[in-house]
Amino acid sequence: MSGGEEGGGYVPPTISEFFPAQVIGADTWWGLTRIDLIALLMTGLLVLFFLSAFRKPAIVPGKLQNLGEMALDVVYVNVIDEVMGVKGRKYAPLLVTLFWLILAFNVTGILPMMHIAVTSVVGFPIIFAISSYVAFNYAGIKEHGVGRYFKQNLFPPGVPKPIYLLVTPIEFISTFLLRPVTLTIRLLANMMSGHLLLVLFFGATSYFLFESSGPIIFAAIPSYLMGLIFVFFEIIVTLLQAYIFTLLTAVYIDGALSHEH
Amino acid sequence: MELELLAEVNGNLNSIGYGLAAIGPGIGIGVLVGKALEGIARQPEATGVLRTNMFLGIAFTEALALIGLVAGFLFT
Repeated sequence: MSGGEEGGGYVPPTISEFFPAQVIGADTWWGLTRIDLIALLMTGLLVLFFLSAFRKPAIVPGKLQNLGEMALDVVYVNVIDEVMGVKGRKYAPLLVTLFWLILAFNVTGILPMMHIAVTSVVGFPIIFAISSYVAFNYAGIKEHGVGRYFKQNLFPPGVPKPIYLLVTPIEFISTFLLRPVTLTIRLLANMMSGHLLLVLFFGATSYFLFESSGPIIFAAIPSYLMGLIFVFFEIIVTLLQAYIFTLLTAVYIDGALSHEH
Repeated sequence: MELELLAEVNGNLNSIGYGLAAIGPGIGIGVLVGKALEGIARQPEATGVLRTNMFLGIAFTEALALIGLVAGFLFT
């Protein structure tokens, strides 16, 4: 079991997994890491898909346009119609973009050759959360005006006056501070821990198989199976996180638009 | 009086902290999803509304566990 001398032993994954070396333009301010290149590739693929699907929209859709419309319908039916109704159609571009971009960035965590989710680096979830934050505040301020929007959020009606001392700080923290923070961390933590779990199990498999001696080598089988199970788990998490992020953005926008909480 | 060492802890205490922080939200999400499923079983026609609100509730409950995760990195 002491394979430590020749093979380097079993190295558990660390946080440095998410800070790879810059591949292009190293040591410049725009230096791109492997993860940035994957992000560019996935964005390019997504843009290419939607552009070619809706380049010449026809009343009777062709195959590609059909696929594109299905992609839009995922968000229209499951998020917009369910949460916001007709008035939410205005925010469809933002929500569709959020859903498909997050999904494309998440799914690289299990795609061969890439094997790291772009959203497991904090910069990307932060940008998504900021877009969501700006969107729901903009929606609320446009609907009610600045004064009424903040009054409605910070001083909910139907509460005895002294209780505002307690309610207002809580509402302020939960609405204006914790919402973007939790949006960021939920996505980041899920993708990060998923990646670490996969590295943990497949790293252990490779260690048992190639560096251990004796019957302990059979420990590679359960370790590999656990890794496999977590790959399927990651597929679910990938979809669920994209859905939840979009759903929460829709709910926040809807809450900002609504009258009388 | 001489101190006698009975037990010692190796590694990072933050991981224990995160384990503690995950108990509450774990129970909370369990109750929440269980109740939502109960509601869906009783009234399948309300599935859409219940599911949306379930995810919303999960998001609020989960926030505690997420703050626990970050606290481990922050307060080292």
